[in-house]
Amino acid sequence: MTQALTALSRRRALLAGLGFGLTIDFLGRSAFAAAAGVGRRRLVVVICRGGMDGLSVSPPVGDPDYASLRGTIAIPPFGAPGGALKLDDTFGLHPALASVHALAQKGEARIAPAVATPDRERSHFEAQDVLENGATTAYGAETGWLNRALQAIGPTQVKAISVGPTAPLILRGPIEAASWSPGTGAERDPRLPGILQDLYADDPMLGKALASGLATEAMAKVATADAREALVQPDAMSGADGAMTAQADAGGAPLRPVLRQGLPIARRLGATLAGFMVQEGGPQVAAVSLDGFDTHANQGSSQGQLATRLAYLDAVLGGLAEGMGPVWKHTVVVAATEFGRTARVNGTAGTDHGTASTALLLGGALRRGGIVGDWPTLAPARLFENRDTFPTLDMRGLFKGLLAGHLGLDRRALDTAVFPGTAAVAPTAGVV
Amino acid sequence: MALDKNLAAAIAATRFGLGARPGQLERIAADPRGWLSSQITAAGADQPQPAPQSSQARLLEFRAFQRQRQQAKAAGDPKSDPVKMVAKLLRRETGGDFLARVGLATTTDADFRERWALFWCNHFTVSATKLQTATIVGPFEAEAIRPNVFGPFEHLLVASTSHPAMLLYLDQAQSIGPDSRAAMFLDRRGKRKAGLNENLAREAMELHTVGVGAGYTQADVTEFARALTGWSIGGLKAPDDIAGRFLFRPGAHEPGVRTIMGRRYPQGGMQQGLAVLKDLAASPHTAHHLGFEIARHFVADDPPPTLVAKLERTYLDTGGDLGDVARTLVAAPEAWQPAQRKFKTPYEFLVSSWRAASVSPQSLREVAPVLNGMGQRPFSAPSPKGWPEAGETWCAPDAVIKRVVWSEQLAARSMRGRDPNELAREALGARLTPLVAKTISRAETREEGLAILLMSPEFQRR
Repeated sequence: MTQALTALSRRRALLAGLGFGLTIDFLGRSAFAAAAGVGRRRLVVVICRGGMDGLSVSPPVGDPDYASLRGTIAIPPFGAPGGALKLDDTFGLHPALASVHALAQKGEARIAPAVATPDRERSHFEAQDVLENGATTAYGAETGWLNRALQAIGPTQVKAISVGPTAPLILRGPIEAASWSPGTGAERDPRLPGILQDLYADDPMLGKALASGLATEAMAKVATADAREALVQPDAMSGADGAMTAQADAGGAPLRPVLRQGLPIARRLGATLAGFMVQEGGPQVAAVSLDGFDTHANQGSSQGQLATRLAYLDAVLGGLAEGMGPVWKHTVVVAATEFGRTARVNGTAGTDHGTASTALLLGGALRRGGIVGDWPTLAPARLFENRDTFPTLDMRGLFKGLLAGHLGLDRRALDTAVFPGTAAVAPTAGVV
Repeated sequence: MALDKNLAAAIAATRFGLGARPGQLERIAADPRGWLSSQITAAGADQPQPAPQSSQARLLEFRAFQRQRQQAKAAGDPKSDPVKMVAKLLRRETGGDFLARVGLATTTDADFRERWALFWCNHFTVSATKLQTATIVGPFEAEAIRPNVFGPFEHLLVASTSHPAMLLYLDQAQSIGPDSRAAMFLDRRGKRKAGLNENLAREAMELHTVGVGAGYTQADVTEFARALTGWSIGGLKAPDDIAGRFLFRPGAHEPGVRTIMGRRYPQGGMQQGLAVLKDLAASPHTAHHLGFEIARHFVADDPPPTLVAKLERTYLDTGGDLGDVARTLVAAPEAWQPAQRKFKTPYEFLVSSWRAASVSPQSLREVAPVLNGMGQRPFSAPSPKGWPEAGETWCAPDAVIKRVVWSEQLAARSMRGRDPNELAREALGARLTPLVAKTISRAETREEGLAILLMSPEFQRR
């Protein structure tokens, strides 16, 4: 790409001349800066840990082999009690994903039903590493691809935040990212932050974390106030009610009230994140982790263990969409998992580690369209190693497509810095 | 290697132990290594409770609770809020176990032994994130882990793999051989198709023994899962000597010879799974995997390869004797480098803070919410891999703010009439830098002084 340097990248080039160094991010950043309106764009990556079962998230109830492979855990067909929420003739969404379905009907949510990272080992931990580090193998990179994407964009323009008390690999790296989780903020000794900042002068790890934490804390006061306001409206998406009757997996113990308490909290979490992201100078990029998708036994169908997790995911996504308000039309959200699960139900009414799964794509900035990538079908001969959904779409291509189309990263930065050595993996086109 | 004895004491107490209590550094300075070695005892680790409830009792109690709740529900009893009932059970049982564990950690003078036990509890994670296992994590640690942490690894492996908590946590209890008698019986009765669950087999290879780089395949995992079929738990209505305990169910065992990582295992019921575990324990891959994890936990996220090699060598030379491996760790100069390369996890930070202030939390309310907020909910590691080791994970901005807030709260509760300068010398010893000492001496209040100590870079690491 040969775009003219913007004022900002010229300033960076100047700094480079003074010995501050300039990295490979140069092209990526200039491309980003040159793209009109990109400063308003927001990107949220939701990592669903544990191996989320794509065949339940977006059940292909129209696929002739689906019902027989899945047995008791199959999601019932469209229109049946607890049935899938229709997307097209083949695919629906899990009935617990009512908010996502409402967005899909407006053209603001799509599915990629057979996407996988390059990892084929079926180990949670390796596959999550690969999902987050953007390399071909676990331990293939020390930093996360989202952090490297920020480097490519330029640290002065885009801020990032992760939600949760620990820092996920996807955002780890030289560009400092904020982190936030509910519960900070009490009246305190006003001197202490300054004293500690002095103590941490020679401690980059603690020093950066403290500075970022203090800045985020100030922002959180505004964001949580916004979230309260956004959620005063009665819940318009109470269609997920079915999921609240989910059974916990221990001998069918009903935990309905616990879940009723959990879902509003999840919505508020999503809305609070949105509250951060809509603020002036707030983060444009966020990473959220949800765990609990490892459903080896009694995973349930339209109700049950997995339905409970999906209802939670739906509430976070619904709260996020609502809380973004007018910024939603500049937003893309992707929810992805490290691998899918076996196509066949296993011996304990669950599923074991598999290969391809579904990624959910949401946001007002999405292009309208059908499924992203090809559907390999569940025909016996098409199953990967005779057990899993066959991967037809490379996760890195999907992420590259989002970074290119939405945040304006150019191909060279994507192929070399963000997802090194992936020149052969084309960015997925037509998503944003 | 001539390491200053006061610095050696500080390293022994913080890196190997759980953080110095007042007076401890002085006591151990004469012979820090000897202090550590003396804690390696064949009887294993200490028990947090003198007479802990067994996992069997807990499983039976949980069953009784479920029945009681069903009855209350059927009777339409308005007072039987199931959420309150389950919350009460978990608070009383699981909370009590956890508080006892914290109590041991904050008071023991054999804190290397306790850290070593905690390492193995995390290596063989059973998490309360699953309701079925929530009340038996404590008993699991007491029964399967603590007695075996200084013996042959194979014993520890078999004890944890066959414990009801692990069988439930990793879904082994219900796994049935597809060609077993039980499967055929269920088929004839038109029940759901019963079969294999490969969760435990996979994690036992990947996390507990040889590690993911050992070159095993999906076929090996499936074969191991077949070998483990029948490893189950006695039904809760069965007689007392069976109910809620490990039970091998021959009828659920997949018949036939198994081949795992190139070795053949003849048909042999429960012996087949034991034979696989024995070979896994003896594998050089396991020696390397464990050596790496021990070095990573005790010394650095990116541990010195020479230290890993020493631990690995001892493991292979002694048939996996964990007491000897611990002695090798204590003797290795690589483990005594002054630079602090481990950032404390929230649990380690809280425990070392309580030790420094010589207070013990008296109720779960002082422990659970704060750990939860820092991302380390009691007994609830997010996955079978256990809690992460990497400092970057725990040094997130949000978590650091929470550490500041908590340090202030602890100081507000425990500093009346005490000198923070003195506490700093007792807690950090030779690690107390002039800058930190000066900053504490200039604190406006005692409380501020203690918060500065707890948040100092040297206290946040080990």
